[in-house]
Amino acid sequence: MGSHSDKHSGGGHHSHHIIPQEIYTRVMWALIVLTAFTVGFHYLFHVVMHGSVLAAPVAFLIAAIKAALVLMFFMGLKYDKPENRWIFSTGFIFLALLFVICMLDIFTRISETSTL
Amino acid sequence: MSTNSHSHGGGHVAHHFRDAEHQFDSGKQGIWLFMVTEILMFGGLFVGYAIFHSLYPKMFAEGASHLDWRMGSLNTLVLIVSSYTMAMSIHHLQKGESNKAFTKLWITVVCGAIFMVIKAFEYSSKFQHGLLPGHLLDVAKTHAEHANLGMYYGFYFCMTGLHGLHVLIGMGLIIWLAIRTKRGEFGPDYFLPVEGVGIFWHIVDLIWIFLFPLLYLVG
Repeated sequence: MGSHSDKHSGGGHHSHHIIPQEIYTRVMWALIVLTAFTVGFHYLFHVVMHGSVLAAPVAFLIAAIKAALVLMFFMGLKYDKPENRWIFSTGFIFLALLFVICMLDIFTRISETSTL
Repeated sequence: MSTNSHSHGGGHVAHHFRDAEHQFDSGKQGIWLFMVTEILMFGGLFVGYAIFHSLYPKMFAEGASHLDWRMGSLNTLVLIVSSYTMAMSIHHLQKGESNKAFTKLWITVVCGAIFMVIKAFEYSSKFQHGLLPGHLLDVAKTHAEHANLGMYYGFYFCMTGLHGLHVLIGMGLIIWLAIRTKRGEFGPDYFLPVEGVGIFWHIVDLIWIFLFPLLYLVG
């Protein structure tokens, strides 16, 4: 670290990027609207349609968009160093590995041959 | 980064760092490494939930049906606002507006407290109805359709309890930041502790973003 220049830090003399208030406000409203979408879709799928296979994928897709907004803007990863983006993504990569291997086991072995 | 020409008054840079920039980068990298451990800790619980949900989908649906999604939604909104005020406190410090930062930090703490109060109402309602983890579940009182409903509440209390503990710790840290802000210890040249605690506070929000649909809606 240290000897390279940070192309994300923007305006020349300031070493730390100041994220404008306007961006934070927009992100907050986007998160609130997306929460309303989550609840709205829940109402549609569970109360109007009495259950749907789309309920979970839609809820988690919206959650993933919200998480991306929090990560990029509130946590500032969009303006952060590439090292920190890599460090944080390793967490998700290993979590995905754990999830995929467990699911493979559940659907190929346990649901076929075992009651766990 | 190496072009940093701020004078930092000496006092803020620990002796083992080259300069303030080196200190800031190292501290922030440490926070991100800590965030990886947080993701892995909660991730394990999420994967466990997914495994048992795939085995007992109806039992999990019964468990989720006892949760009040309005309480969960309200808490989601409270945490979003608190994340906004936390982010804004750093924005104000970077611009040298420490009084505004101080106010934003306290609003964040108040939001955390509102979250915990709502959580306490939810928990006490679960306790009253005998909706408890494992063998503590009162099968007769809850009229549980599934004998292993206690497993859902094991996940519920474990995940929301661990999350609530993070909220409490975060509140404590933000109060500490507010006190230090009042003392004038932070400004455009030094705000690393605020940045670090901010990232921690946002990950608490991030985890709730997934816990809310998982526990309250999808079930």
